[in-house]
Amino acid sequence: MIKIQNLVKSFKGQTVLNGIDLDINEGEIIVIIGPSGTGKSTLLRCINFLEQPDAGVIAIDGDAVDAENARKKEVLRLRRNTSFVFQNYALFANKTAAQNIAEGLITVWGRSKAEAMAEANQILADIGLAEKADSYPAALSGGQQQRVGIGRAMASHSKVMLFDEPTSALDPEWVDEVLQLMKKLAERKQTMLVVTHEMSFARDVADRVVFMEGGRIVEQGPPEQIFSSPQDPRTREFLRKVIRD
Amino acid sequence: MNFDLNYFFEMIPLLLGYLGLTMKMAVLGLIFALVLAVTMAVVRVFKVPVLDWLVQLFISFFRGTPLLVQLFLLYYGLPQLFPIMVGIDAFTAAVIGLSLHFSAYMAESIRAAIMGIDKSQMEAALSIGQTPLMAMRRIILPQASRIALPSLMNQFVDMIKSTSLAFTLGVAELMARAQMEASSSFRFFEAFLAVALIYWAVVVLFTQVQIRMENRLNRAYQR
Repeated sequence: MIKIQNLVKSFKGQTVLNGIDLDINEGEIIVIIGPSGTGKSTLLRCINFLEQPDAGVIAIDGDAVDAENARKKEVLRLRRNTSFVFQNYALFANKTAAQNIAEGLITVWGRSKAEAMAEANQILADIGLAEKADSYPAALSGGQQQRVGIGRAMASHSKVMLFDEPTSALDPEWVDEVLQLMKKLAERKQTMLVVTHEMSFARDVADRVVFMEGGRIVEQGPPEQIFSSPQDPRTREFLRKVIRD
Repeated sequence: MNFDLNYFFEMIPLLLGYLGLTMKMAVLGLIFALVLAVTMAVVRVFKVPVLDWLVQLFISFFRGTPLLVQLFLLYYGLPQLFPIMVGIDAFTAAVIGLSLHFSAYMAESIRAAIMGIDKSQMEAALSIGQTPLMAMRRIILPQASRIALPSLMNQFVDMIKSTSLAFTLGVAELMARAQMEASSSFRFFEAFLAVALIYWAVVVLFTQVQIRMENRLNRAYQR
């Protein structure tokens, strides 16, 4: 369904993505792991053009965008086919939880305010935050903010949800509620691309684990294979460091 | 002490009759200045080719020259080059001059406020499929207005006081009236003290308005 071909990105002469090829099937949950600074987040941000890739093609359902001459309209379409969950939540600070979720429905998807708010409240109930509809982000805990962030991404019914280290900024006490919500989405066969350091999530939820290092995909496969019999020495080395038990 | 208390108290209601015109100038000036300032700030933030350069030139000129000189240029100078402008009355010229002058300052305040908003707010708006302009209007500017409010209010207060310069173009506003009264009665201190107190009272009133607005805009940020 989603086809990424030869994606290249460099910052000030430093190559961060070194030709990434990745196919994502509908309903697939892919978890990207790897050492920090290897381009995992950049890959995610290039897929919806929060960073402009230098080269490569991103195609969603055959609708291909060539990074080297991407037009504004194509980028907009790509963004409307994807949704993004940020490490720091990035909820709209001037809007309530419900308004955060309704914002895209109103301004991008052309719903009336009433319809959008009704749908937002439904999503809030779904993520267990119905009673926080009128709270502003500043009044929510980190875990609640991130769940609203996920709710905002859910609202667009996008083809793929991109998660950029969604639990890395959270206090440990809030990590679980966010992971539980992500598991719930996974059970519904929401296509997801997740960058995370939560190895147990990768092991339990992913259909496929992708190991990245130095701006390349080193190895990928089902979680059992990656975690119990990694082929590449770099994968083995990384897993040895992060899994202590 | 040579202070005519009765004359002073007579002056106050007399001068208050001209406050309306002063406030009309200030409020019209504020509206036009804000519209212009927001537009210029957005042009600068998005670095719109050519326009960005023009805005920088505009801001540099209107911040770099005295308001009085700008008003004279506009009202006495320009009609010499463009005869159509002869028909512009002093009040309109004053409003235009005040708007242009203060828009330059306000644009920089608004731009600074926009730059102060975490860039993930723009990214989040883009990620849900908003266009940059939509994101600016719905997400960034509402947040920036809260940050810019104190300095915008400062500039508005400055603008209220600067309307007094309009008397040099012949607008019969507060200051002009005080000047007239003073020179016919020779009671300069009473007349100018009265006018000073009226400006002061108006500014104090708007400071209260500012406090209310700040509280309202801060609501979203309370834990």
